[in-house]
Amino acid sequence: MSIFPDSVGRFFHRTASPPYFYALADRFIPWLTGILLILLAAGLVDGLYLAPTDYQQGESYRIMFIHVPAAWMSLFIYVLLAVMGGIALVWRMKLAEVMLVASAPIGAGFTFIALVTGSLWGKPMWGTWWVWDARLTFELILLFQYLGIISLYNAIEDKRSAARAVAILALVGVVNVPIIHYSVEWWSTLHQGPTVTKMDKPSIHISMLIPLLLMAVAFKVYYLIAALQNAKLELLKRESSSQWVKNLLEKSA
Amino acid sequence: MLAFRRRAEMANPIFFFVLIVTMFPLAIGAQPHLLQSMAPGVIWVSALLATLLSLDGLFRSDFDDGSIEQMLLSPQPLSVLVLGKIIAHWLVTGLPLILIAPLLALFLGLPEQARGTLWLTLILATPLLSLIGAIGVALTVGLRRGGMILSLLVLPLYVPVLIFASSAVDRAAGGLPVSAQLNILLAMLLAGLVLIPLPTSLALKMSIN
Repeated sequence: MSIFPDSVGRFFHRTASPPYFYALADRFIPWLTGILLILLAAGLVDGLYLAPTDYQQGESYRIMFIHVPAAWMSLFIYVLLAVMGGIALVWRMKLAEVMLVASAPIGAGFTFIALVTGSLWGKPMWGTWWVWDARLTFELILLFQYLGIISLYNAIEDKRSAARAVAILALVGVVNVPIIHYSVEWWSTLHQGPTVTKMDKPSIHISMLIPLLLMAVAFKVYYLIAALQNAKLELLKRESSSQWVKNLLEKSA
Repeated sequence: MLAFRRRAEMANPIFFFVLIVTMFPLAIGAQPHLLQSMAPGVIWVSALLATLLSLDGLFRSDFDDGSIEQMLLSPQPLSVLVLGKIIAHWLVTGLPLILIAPLLALFLGLPEQARGTLWLTLILATPLLSLIGAIGVALTVGLRRGGMILSLLVLPLYVPVLIFASSAVDRAAGGLPVSAQLNILLAMLLAGLVLIPLPTSLALKMSIN
């Protein structure tokens, strides 16, 4: 902790205490919801009405504004899971465990959305619902990894050790993710190459890029809201016998 | 080795392996051409399933009779003991698969030039299967019914091994060079030997609690 100023350390300690976190989450969620609604409205209007029609794919490319951010989120959350797993294992921070457990179902949801929208997009574009292409297969395996995490957590009865098991699994999984990624790239692919993160100028037009990024940020905010809500519930379940939860119940009753 | 005393248990993965491979011609018809092109995949998927089936024995009996607690208390680091357990598991399950595989390759009509590669991939990758599986077993050994969850945890982690191994055999059957795939498998095996005992022993400690 010596490399950080004292105030930073204090902030982490305080935030990591369940009652403080609970109150903080309560305070943030309305604000985040507001931001989400604004971003979502802007992104959807911009993406579905204002952005020009694609000259090759026509109108059906517009599903991209859901599909691509969801696919980004599926990976992003998995990396976050591993980070939180590492924190939970090294510093035994209870809150990291809770956030890890709270995030996993959301990540699985985004992965599922990415798969379904990709399949809906694939039907008019490629003529099939599903091809065994590198990125589709990768996403499917990622979904299985998420499901593994969720079901392992549900199977172990002692929630403290369940969270630690899940943390180990998330860390092992994240090492495996790039390996899976490159090994499925091994096959040649029908899927179009990445268009936004290319090192030179993105090959997507700016009028389509802006709604895409808006939607990406909106999805991130949505993730935050959902994860905080989930974490609040998880905290209540875990600490149902502690004093602050009882105080909270009395206040609301 | 204690495992050698239970012959039946040791023979099970081999029978399973042979049976699964036999199911494929029965299910998709016995056209030699079709079987030949599917042989690398069939053999590899069967080997994978046979390993998966045998994984549960890796720590189960030790967990039931309390040997794992003894291992935790012993002065040697747990990861070394775990590595020993994994190697023993490979000797009783992976090695028999390697020995029986050429026979199955013959059954399915795998081309002559691919048989050596099949052997090599099995030698490199079956220890890897035991290693990766060990993490999954260590995580689920405390559960009463961990079987389904074990496969859900372990199979996604097996994907790269499966891809590289079967594509190596496939390429060898077509007369193409396979050194890239073999090198990657070797690299994964070495990295696995070094790294995997650590999370496995961590997970075992967690399971004991």
